[in-house]
Amino acid sequence: MTTVERRSVAAGRESAPPRPLWHTVLVRPETMTLVLLVVAVFAASALSPYFLDLSYILRSFTLSAEFAIVALVLTMIIIAGEIDLSPAANMALSACLFAYAQAAGVPMPLAILIGLGAGVLMGVLNGLMVIGLQLPSIIVTIGTMIFYRGVAQVIAGDKSIRVPDWFIGINNVFIVGVPVPVVVFIVLSIVLGLVLGVTVFGRQIYQIGTNEIAARHAGIRSRRIKMILFILIGFVSAAAGLMTASRLGSVRYDLGLGGELQMVLMAMLGGTYIFGGRGTILGTFLAAWLLVIVSTGMTVANLLPATQLTVLGILLIVSIIATNAIYSRAQR
Amino acid sequence: MLRKTLLGLAAGVAMTTAGFASAAMAQDALKMVFIGKNTGNPYFDSLTNGFVEGCKALGCEFEFVAPATAEATSQIPFIEAQIQRGVDVIAISPNSPDALNQVFDDARSKGILVLTVNGDITGNESHRDATILPTNFDNVGKDQVEMVGSLIGYEGEIAILSATTEAPDQNKWIEGMKATLASDAKYAKMKLVATVYGDDQPEKSTTEMEALLSNYPDLKGVIAPTTVGIAAAAQVVQSRGIAEQVKVTGLGLPSEMRDFVKDGTVTAFQLWSPYNEGWLAAHFAKGVKEGTIKNEVGSTFEVPDLGTITINPGNSINTQAALTTFNAGNIDDFNF
Amino acid sequence: MTTIRSILGRREAGIFVMIVLFAIAVGIAKPQFLTLNSLRIVLLLVPLILIGAMGQMLVILARHVDLSIGSVLGFSAMVTGMMFRYHPEIWWPLGFLLSVGIGAGLGLLNGVLVTVFRLPAIIVTLGTLNLYRGLTYIVSDARQIDRQYVPSALKAMSQTSPIFGIPWIIFISFAVVFATWWFLMHTRLGRQIYALGSNPVAAPLRGIDVTGVTLLVFTISGALSGLAGILYASRWGFVNPSNTGAGFEFQVIAAVVIGGVSINGGVGTVLGTFFGVILLGCVAAALPLLGIAGTTQNAIYGAVIIVALLIDRTVRRQGVKSLARARA
Repeated sequence: MTTVERRSVAAGRESAPPRPLWHTVLVRPETMTLVLLVVAVFAASALSPYFLDLSYILRSFTLSAEFAIVALVLTMIIIAGEIDLSPAANMALSACLFAYAQAAGVPMPLAILIGLGAGVLMGVLNGLMVIGLQLPSIIVTIGTMIFYRGVAQVIAGDKSIRVPDWFIGINNVFIVGVPVPVVVFIVLSIVLGLVLGVTVFGRQIYQIGTNEIAARHAGIRSRRIKMILFILIGFVSAAAGLMTASRLGSVRYDLGLGGELQMVLMAMLGGTYIFGGRGTILGTFLAAWLLVIVSTGMTVANLLPATQLTVLGILLIVSIIATNAIYSRAQR
Repeated sequence: MLRKTLLGLAAGVAMTTAGFASAAMAQDALKMVFIGKNTGNPYFDSLTNGFVEGCKALGCEFEFVAPATAEATSQIPFIEAQIQRGVDVIAISPNSPDALNQVFDDARSKGILVLTVNGDITGNESHRDATILPTNFDNVGKDQVEMVGSLIGYEGEIAILSATTEAPDQNKWIEGMKATLASDAKYAKMKLVATVYGDDQPEKSTTEMEALLSNYPDLKGVIAPTTVGIAAAAQVVQSRGIAEQVKVTGLGLPSEMRDFVKDGTVTAFQLWSPYNEGWLAAHFAKGVKEGTIKNEVGSTFEVPDLGTITINPGNSINTQAALTTFNAGNIDDFNF
Repeated sequence: MTTIRSILGRREAGIFVMIVLFAIAVGIAKPQFLTLNSLRIVLLLVPLILIGAMGQMLVILARHVDLSIGSVLGFSAMVTGMMFRYHPEIWWPLGFLLSVGIGAGLGLLNGVLVTVFRLPAIIVTLGTLNLYRGLTYIVSDARQIDRQYVPSALKAMSQTSPIFGIPWIIFISFAVVFATWWFLMHTRLGRQIYALGSNPVAAPLRGIDVTGVTLLVFTISGALSGLAGILYASRWGFVNPSNTGAGFEFQVIAAVVIGGVSINGGVGTVLGTFFGVILLGCVAAALPLLGIAGTTQNAIYGAVIIVALLIDRTVRRQGVKSLARARA
């Protein structure tokens, strides 16, 4: 993963004098994320004596794991030069459709398929508008974000739909002491990290994000690749929605409300470049932990949620300023 | 550069707060926390005050926390955090009737007393220890019908402006209103023409109220059993200048309704004392935790200022027998 | 040039026709919709959105977007409300100055982040959306400003005026619309916003101060959100740290996009935006009248944005084609 990343950075500064190796390895956004992560752990432990407890941190991570999982795919979409703000709404609508179907008597496996299928369909719809009709993804997905959640509200109304007892509690199933959602997140991080880092497909994503026209001239089927990414995020969002349903035991239209901010934040904090072409899964992986530790630390210290909003807002802005600065230095 | 500044900042914050944390700890007092629906909700200011005063009198530690928004899952991290802090009592006004079951079970398995306050997890009562409700919700609908009846001379069309379509408390009261209208001959000349929902948003409640007035020109009275709804309805009536023709009543906060009562837009409305809910919950929790109160249906206990309290079926406890009515004569006596 | 103008003309006419058709359709089902009273309801529903939309339109014309306006509205309203609460001795109209000033300051900060650090506006304002909301909680200690603290004279502005009893708040919002139209059409700066948005790369070559113009549109957007803030206090009589202004950005952006302002910058008119706002207002007023559940409202908003995008694209395509034809 790192070798390719280094190569793509190297490609950007062919004419510049070579930088020392430590510079290349250390002056990168992921380092910033890692440092912040360490600082956050210390700060949170100092804030509250109840914080430093691995099982508590893991349990808290399950509350954000669904968003973190989607953020991994979102990272790839941002690297490809697009964005998707609708996944949280997608989670809600997929979960509502699933819950509604099973409550109406549809057998569970089929209901799950309906939920996942709906997620894929939503991804296709976004993809068609962004790629087929050449509309800006940021606005398209703001529109579909409102629309998908609106449809979920039409389907479920204001009431919550229960899911069967056996389906409840994915977060209470442990694999070697780690809750399943966290395991899913870690496994998906490794898989997507490999896809992005060592495969041709991954390299093509970076090239599309750096310069789509050039990439197309080089024979990369950018439209197809972007479509695949939108379908992938649709599917993963739906899966995340079902995981949330399992964790909560019930589904309401406001499931995952505001999650898009957390997802974008995870990608940005991890050093994904908002204009595309740069970023790593490792960064988003670290950023997800950073975000969970920051918000868990503040919650367990009984700080006002207001403080959390403020800190999250500042973190987002600071992280893009820092990422931009680091990348422009690397380019010089 | 940036990184250094950040580091310094974080370290500074860490050091100052560490000082506070160690000073506040190391006491053996009962630790109680109240988790509100969301911050910035004026209703809970007064309820929290009841807790604060109660805990002061009883010598417990008390904290109020609440999420920024009132969506179903927003309280979960807060409950998890309180479990981790090792509190003894979690009192909560739940944002969802069922999404909190799992985390409530976690808390109770660790010996924490879980109380729902001001609203219950209807249908999932087995996941909490007891509920403290301001009054017997079975009578709210009846009392509200009597209130609007007395304002309109027990004759004419009335409508209901509620919160969301699925708000469990409001729906229970609306059922009560319908049953009362149908069964009691006293209200035979009153006709319920519509029930609409303003989702507890001022804008939405206002347009729903305007639509009611357009759709039912002969409307005589509106019951809005929600604090947001009644204020919005009163404002519409005030701005149209039709306080004589359409009587607005319902459940409201005196602090939000004072101006409307004083200028004659609203003659009277009802509520209970949120303060007493907090006060009673604090006393009940302390008693149960120390073994002086048995959390069993039918058992009774004494609470200062409130007298003898009985635990009703479903481990439900009420702070007052009937609603309090506010009007121009007494509204200045209430400061919540 | 003339072709583009005629298309734009058609675009606004199109929205106007949509409003008329919608009103007639609703009127057939519910005749009481076609009364003066409904006009009053719609006009009282839209002033804040109208004011916010004028600012947002300028930002979008310059090829940016401002997601933070709801939080700017909330913060300005809260600080102003706190002035009313803790310093009732201060002459209340100064609240307008305070609210607009704070809004302008927050908007300027957005602009600085966008220009100085060269960050995309959408991410910056997503960040400040949370930041400003958080600050609103912090300054207010998460307490609502109750009705009794908002000056009666301010509240009366949303209810009446000496001019036929039409509330001041409607005049104020129309004045803002007119001023924006004049600014865009009759000042050099106004034309520069169009030029910047339609081709940001060429703008500096034409002698446009890109940084200055960008800062200006964000500051205006903030100032207008601040104005909307104090008018919120006037209209609803209270200021709440979490509700006030929440979701405002979506209503406003929906209205602007429906009004035919292109999200790619450089294209759009005050009249179109105005009609966009009115159309949304009509929909909001008609739904409860028709007895349609409020739960469908968000789906309709979302669908309307998507449809508007599709129309926008078709119109742009045709514009390009007819331009090409005119040149050929």
